[in-house]
Amino acid sequence: MTMDLNRRSLIAGSLALGAAGVALPSMAFAQSAGQKNLMFVLLRGASDGMAMLAPTGDPDFEALRPSAFEDYNAAQRADSFFAIHPAFTQVGSAYASGEALFVHAAATAYRERSHFDGQNLIETGAAQPYATRDGWLNRLIGMMGDGDGARHPSALAIAPTLPLALRGDAPASSYAPSSLPEASDAFMDRVGLMYQDDPQLGGLWSRALETQAMAGDDGLRNLRDAAAAGELAASLMRDTDGARIAMMELGGWDTHANQRGAYNRVAGQLDALLGAYRSGMGAAWQDTLVVVATEFGRTARYNGTNGTDHGTASAALMMGGAVRGGRVIADWPGLREADLYENRDLRPTIALENVLAGSIADHMRLDPQLAMAMLFPGREGTPTSGILRA
Amino acid sequence: MSTAHIALNRFGFGLRRGDTFSGDPQRYLLDQMDAFDPTPRLIAERPDTSDKAGEILEMLRQLRLDRRTDASDASSAMADMQAMDEAQNAVPAEVRGSYLRAAQTLRRDAGLRTKVAAISSTPMAERLVHFWANHFSVSAAKPGTHYQVANHEFSAIRPHVFGNFSDMLRAAVLHPAMLLYLDQFRSVGPNSPFQQRRAQRRRNNDRPPQGLNENLAREVLELHTLGVDGGYSQADVTEFAHALTGWTINGLRQARRFSEPRPGGAAFVLFAHEPGNRSVLGRTYRDTGSRQAEAILSDLASHPFTARFVATKLARHFAGDIPPPALVSALEADFLRTGGDLASLTRTLIGAPEMWTPEPVKFRQPFEWFVSALRITGADNISNRRIAGALNEIGQVPWRAPSPAGYDDLEGSWAGPDALFRRVELAERIAHNVPADGILARADAAFPGALSDGTRTWLSRAESGAQALGLLLVSPEMMRR
Repeated sequence: MTMDLNRRSLIAGSLALGAAGVALPSMAFAQSAGQKNLMFVLLRGASDGMAMLAPTGDPDFEALRPSAFEDYNAAQRADSFFAIHPAFTQVGSAYASGEALFVHAAATAYRERSHFDGQNLIETGAAQPYATRDGWLNRLIGMMGDGDGARHPSALAIAPTLPLALRGDAPASSYAPSSLPEASDAFMDRVGLMYQDDPQLGGLWSRALETQAMAGDDGLRNLRDAAAAGELAASLMRDTDGARIAMMELGGWDTHANQRGAYNRVAGQLDALLGAYRSGMGAAWQDTLVVVATEFGRTARYNGTNGTDHGTASAALMMGGAVRGGRVIADWPGLREADLYENRDLRPTIALENVLAGSIADHMRLDPQLAMAMLFPGREGTPTSGILRA
Repeated sequence: MSTAHIALNRFGFGLRRGDTFSGDPQRYLLDQMDAFDPTPRLIAERPDTSDKAGEILEMLRQLRLDRRTDASDASSAMADMQAMDEAQNAVPAEVRGSYLRAAQTLRRDAGLRTKVAAISSTPMAERLVHFWANHFSVSAAKPGTHYQVANHEFSAIRPHVFGNFSDMLRAAVLHPAMLLYLDQFRSVGPNSPFQQRRAQRRRNNDRPPQGLNENLAREVLELHTLGVDGGYSQADVTEFAHALTGWTINGLRQARRFSEPRPGGAAFVLFAHEPGNRSVLGRTYRDTGSRQAEAILSDLASHPFTARFVATKLARHFAGDIPPPALVSALEADFLRTGGDLASLTRTLIGAPEMWTPEPVKFRQPFEWFVSALRITGADNISNRRIAGALNEIGQVPWRAPSPAGYDDLEGSWAGPDALFRRVELAERIAHNVPADGILARADAAFPGALSDGTRTWLSRAESGAQALGLLLVSPEMMRR
């Protein structure tokens, strides 16, 4: 997706010339070094961590999922114990080059099994569902504003509406390709002129045009093409005036039946999204941290329909040039009957909140303890250090 | 900004195409309270779906039995629904047909709600309906609620808009849509006969049967009555949750033999009700079966914290994100004095000087903007499918709020660049499909004494009537009220 010569950037330019009251949309420059980017990808529907990163070295694994075991025969090894699901070819290559790592047997504080409540908790960052009305990513934006709160990092959800994680007092917006017919150039010109003396609408309008210009003629009607969505996200972040903090959502992980096929399909989408994002970011990838997480994991054993039901611990994926990758962070709980949580789920041994707070604080140069207290209040955990390159 | 403009736009959904406004603005609003029809023709002609409360859940239960998965909670039912959306052939045709009918009903109801507001001659009352429906928010994202979310608004909210808060609270909380949405339908008293029998039967199972669910009790206290700082404790939540046990929906197979149907599709199952007295906020409630929870609701409805909380929300909705303290106090005092008489509360709102400040106080939410656009263009015969599509694109579909707190009532949640861009795209499309004559005159009528020189200039310079109408739809006067 190229920046120049697309329709909307031209419109943005002509508008700026025609209307003195509208700020000149900033041109795209390569990112200066040191600008840190954060992408949070939420896998909605409870993604199976043991499918993403299979504990093939655990003697009890095969018996729990006999029909899935062969999927990992020829799969890339993360180490002597874990194998990466074969759908993750681009993630796997990032892992091999030391730019991705997995965190396994991790979970938030949530111990029930409702998507509804689990997603609320992973988005609000609270210790209980519905205990907090704003999202932890929004509070992160707030933390990064300067003293008088005037200059916050720009934050964007690449989603049709602002997800809960980004909602709150700090400024954040959303962008998604729309299936509405594009407004005509003539009409958009006139709208810009009409808004030129209205500070609020004029400001929103010029920001909208900037985002549209950065997104280019994406040719998308929605975000269903994962690679195109990943590329779109990169185009909205890689430039100096792009978003510093972004969030995307990917559904379809609720694999109650015939998990092998269903997981393979959606894992392939995630891989395509992350691969396209990585290459789209270009040089800015060096200063980027991608965090991929889900609301909870799935049952350790296959059910009667070769699927898995709602469980507890899952795996998280961290990617980016900033990550000290090529390794798995885990305190493996084991898969014997007695090892499982409530005799059915992978037992959580790592608090996901610690991982999020620790890595993001290091990345954004924040005090980890303060980040923990602000983003995930009411926890006792220690923020995980050492996830990023020193 | 004239008082006529405020009466039309701050209190209502703006003027309809072809209508004119004259007379006293306050009288115009007060008259709407008498003229309001809780069951207008469009709603009256709608087929009753209250007997379908349990239909989808039973269907999903059967589906799970057929597949022999161990999924026992409603959230896995949600998964099944999503699976149906995604893999059309993965489920039996009759199940899929049933789901499609439910989705169609939901879309029709959302269209109906929109049209009722778009053609209403009592737009302030419709705004109040939507305010209260959002206060008692239910979402069709929860499995099994497709047939019930509209019923909730039409039968639990509308009749009480100028009635008593206590009646609305009881109707809204004990409605099948809410009982499903906040998991009350499967909450069972730990010491109830039902639970004891279930425990015996499942002795060899490694998971204990599901028992008490506190969701509804917690949200009633936090979101519907006292407010988050309303001085209640976790013990109050648990006690209230115990009192609510037994309240469920009609048509669940497991409870069928013991179920006492209630109007609207709810039911009470005494066998699932936790026996014993309950203590909530220091007051003891005798075990009167289904009436135990109703007695607690009744006391919550008239609690001083409830008065404060409701007054603040109402003032925020009509008078601005930071509600004027004097308005909050006036509404609070009215609520306390009358014991929650919503007609009196509305009269106080209409008469409050803070409501008549000349500058715009609020950014219109997407649904409000869309209804206003339909009114000013007269495009109220648009199909339900297109209404649903448009509302989806601008980000506010009825009965789809992301949390039990309802849709946010703050500008920051709605005044975004992409959101504005989508309104502009939609506005041009609407403008090209309706008559676009006499736009300046229409603008003068719709925004009496409030049309800015800037907007007037750009409307008059437009290249065509359709372009002028499109601009009118996204003008500052349409975006803020």
